[in-house]
Amino acid sequence: MTAGEPFCASCKAVQPPGQADHFLRLGLDRAYDVDEAALEKSYFRMQRQLHPDRFATRTAREKTFSQSQATSLNDAYETLKDPLERAVYLARLMGLNVLKEGCNALNDPVILMEAMEMREALAEAETAEDVRDVTERAQGEIADCESELSQAFDTGDLERVATLITRLKYLRKLADETRFRRAQLRGVN
Amino acid sequence: MALLQIHEPGETPAPHENDADVAVGIDLGTTNSVTAVSVDGKAEVLRDEDGQALVPSVVAYAPDGSPIVGGLAKRLIAMRPDSVVSSIKRLMGRGIADIKAVAGHLPFAVEPAEEGGSKMVRINVGGRKLTPVEVSGHILSALKERAEDVLDREVTRAVITVPAYFDDAARTATKDAARLAGLEVLRLVNEPTAAALAYGLDKEAEGLYAVYDLGGGTFDISLLHMEKGVFQVLATGGDAALGGDDFDHAIAERFLKDWAGEAPGAGAVKQAIATARQVKEDLSGTDSGTWALDLGGEQQHFTLDRTAFESLIAPLVWRTLRICEDVLDEAGVSPEAVKGVVLVGGSTRVPLVRREVAELFGREPLADIDPDEVVAVGAALQAEALTRGSDTLLLDVTPLSLGIETMGGLTEKIIPRNTPIPVAKAQEFTTYQDGQTAMAVHVVQGEREMVDQNRSLARFTLRGIPPMTAGAARIRVTYAVDADGLLTVSAREEATGTEQSIEVKPSYGLSEDEMSRMLYDSMKHAKDDMTRRLLAEARVEAGRALGAVKAALEVDGDLLSEGERDGIAALAAAAEAAIAGDDRDAINDAVEKLEEGTRTFAEKRMDRGIRAALRGVEVERLDKAAHERDDIARDCVDAPKSAQAGD
Repeated sequence: MTAGEPFCASCKAVQPPGQADHFLRLGLDRAYDVDEAALEKSYFRMQRQLHPDRFATRTAREKTFSQSQATSLNDAYETLKDPLERAVYLARLMGLNVLKEGCNALNDPVILMEAMEMREALAEAETAEDVRDVTERAQGEIADCESELSQAFDTGDLERVATLITRLKYLRKLADETRFRRAQLRGVN
Repeated sequence: MALLQIHEPGETPAPHENDADVAVGIDLGTTNSVTAVSVDGKAEVLRDEDGQALVPSVVAYAPDGSPIVGGLAKRLIAMRPDSVVSSIKRLMGRGIADIKAVAGHLPFAVEPAEEGGSKMVRINVGGRKLTPVEVSGHILSALKERAEDVLDREVTRAVITVPAYFDDAARTATKDAARLAGLEVLRLVNEPTAAALAYGLDKEAEGLYAVYDLGGGTFDISLLHMEKGVFQVLATGGDAALGGDDFDHAIAERFLKDWAGEAPGAGAVKQAIATARQVKEDLSGTDSGTWALDLGGEQQHFTLDRTAFESLIAPLVWRTLRICEDVLDEAGVSPEAVKGVVLVGGSTRVPLVRREVAELFGREPLADIDPDEVVAVGAALQAEALTRGSDTLLLDVTPLSLGIETMGGLTEKIIPRNTPIPVAKAQEFTTYQDGQTAMAVHVVQGEREMVDQNRSLARFTLRGIPPMTAGAARIRVTYAVDADGLLTVSAREEATGTEQSIEVKPSYGLSEDEMSRMLYDSMKHAKDDMTRRLLAEARVEAGRALGAVKAALEVDGDLLSEGERDGIAALAAAAEAAIAGDDRDAINDAVEKLEEGTRTFAEKRMDRGIRAALRGVEVERLDKAAHERDDIARDCVDAPKSAQAGD
């Protein structure tokens, strides 16, 4: 796979985005640990060249190509920026069949118990402080889960990766629900 | 200009770029619109002869259907409420069901769409049915014309701003309106993003900023990361039906309730709302006041102080704060992490709004760029960047999730809110019956679980699926949002390689047929329209001048001899005759003569004023009285006869 040159060498016209993977597209090493500053810098640099705003007065063909280029860049950036999406994407690149909704380890009893406990805690939370406690706990677990994912990718333990992805999905869903509860407590949802 | 310009290959400017048209930035607002133009990174707001940048987004329709836009139209609200349209932006891309909730507040009559046409609501103005797109098109035409007058060159391209929270239908409607006005839209830019651009480039701001934009009819909050020319929107939220107009309505409702007379008619409600707006503006500067309002044929007086005003609008302001908190929370940002809060929109002049925003973010908000003009300035900068090239980069997001209806009336999100645009995402679906050859696709926008709680954008049916057992077909539905925030949906059956793509136009947009008819009409009538508009404006101005003279005669007629009175009466009669005719020059001529002929009278009135002052009346009060009288005189002017006649 190659990223392809975004511009034609001779005519300087923008070209279609090609089939590069997200890491290659943004010039990053294919690894779970991503330097966020480098990711952002590369993303901004390439959008500066390829965003449709640069082609507002060009031919329809160039406009279409720049839109596809910018779309591919956004897809790559969004996927690599988010630790969960990045894990799923990298696991798939490495040949793991990550099921939709992260169901690979759906029946893992440890994950299920953890999810149930925290969900109960959230259901019982009645004040903003209660909700904050659950949120902080969820965020702590999320950070742990991400560093464990990093190790599992390093050692190439794809089975562990699959389990951790499922756990991370549960935790993220819970974190979303805590946000929803906070909004409810503020009186708007 | 340089004598010789050398360009990189592929960067040669289009021919005649420098001497052809410029691209302007237009803030098409609910209450007012502003146009700006940028040259070499310096943006200038376009102003009329009186230095006014704000053009009221109000359209009055003369009996022959020609539109009058701006201050003149606004002054006609009180006289001819049935033929004047304001706040049309609130109806852009709306269907009748969308506006039932606000229908009581709307200052005009709405009607459901006609059978067969688009679902967009029609409004009834002076016996005509118009779509919001046409009315907005008339505003944009007028703005284009004014820009051409000021710049003395043709203007055919523009960046137009929309509320970040505008949905797909409203964005499409805005683009259609521009097309009707003969403007090519280079880009639709979100208002808060435009404001951030104006602000960031001006102040070289870096870090995390919030833009709090409370306009006449919409509220937006956007969080942006600004850094070395990159403006990256992180999250945005808002309410497309919450704005300063709601403050006015709250005050007007209070007045009408206090009055407790018979049910007010449409005219009374309009006047109450106009007065309420004045109350809001006055109470943003003073602590209390008394205002007069004509109700049930007599003048009523209403008193309101700042505290009462603030308690009337507090629930509305709190709603905006809750939305701010939600957006911050969603972006995982604490209010303290925000380095600055930029205020946009005239409604941020209300002291309560400033106080509450300052309290939420723990810092004084920034408002040193005029909140009414900052959006147009940003739009102009972006218009220049798009046509002449620039290093700045605007990275915006989808304001609302885009989804599809699945079994059981549930919404499945395909593109979540706050996803950077342009974006394309696909999802696979399958058939649920053996031999199924068609699949209905229902495109919705919004955050709710149930489809019927979200906004329905479009429905279409993918046909020609080869008959297979249930679950065997693979139908790939792709949602693509372009840099303007506009959605295209396509569907393709992949199991057999059969391709069928369908592009979707929102149900609340205009159909191609309707659009081409309107385009044809507007081109055919462009010149007529202009002549008719100038004539209509001349008539209105003449009517006002006549009314002022009549009112003055009633108050101070005793200053004149009978001969003088007869002379003025003859001039007034001549002006009235001219108004009844179709000759614009004759009307203007008659008005000029009337003004010349009443000059001595005006001087005598002034003398009387001074004498009155010497009798012990304070000059200030006299001045105020004179002002008040002039105001009343203005409002009492009869509509020009020709305009009343109807057709």
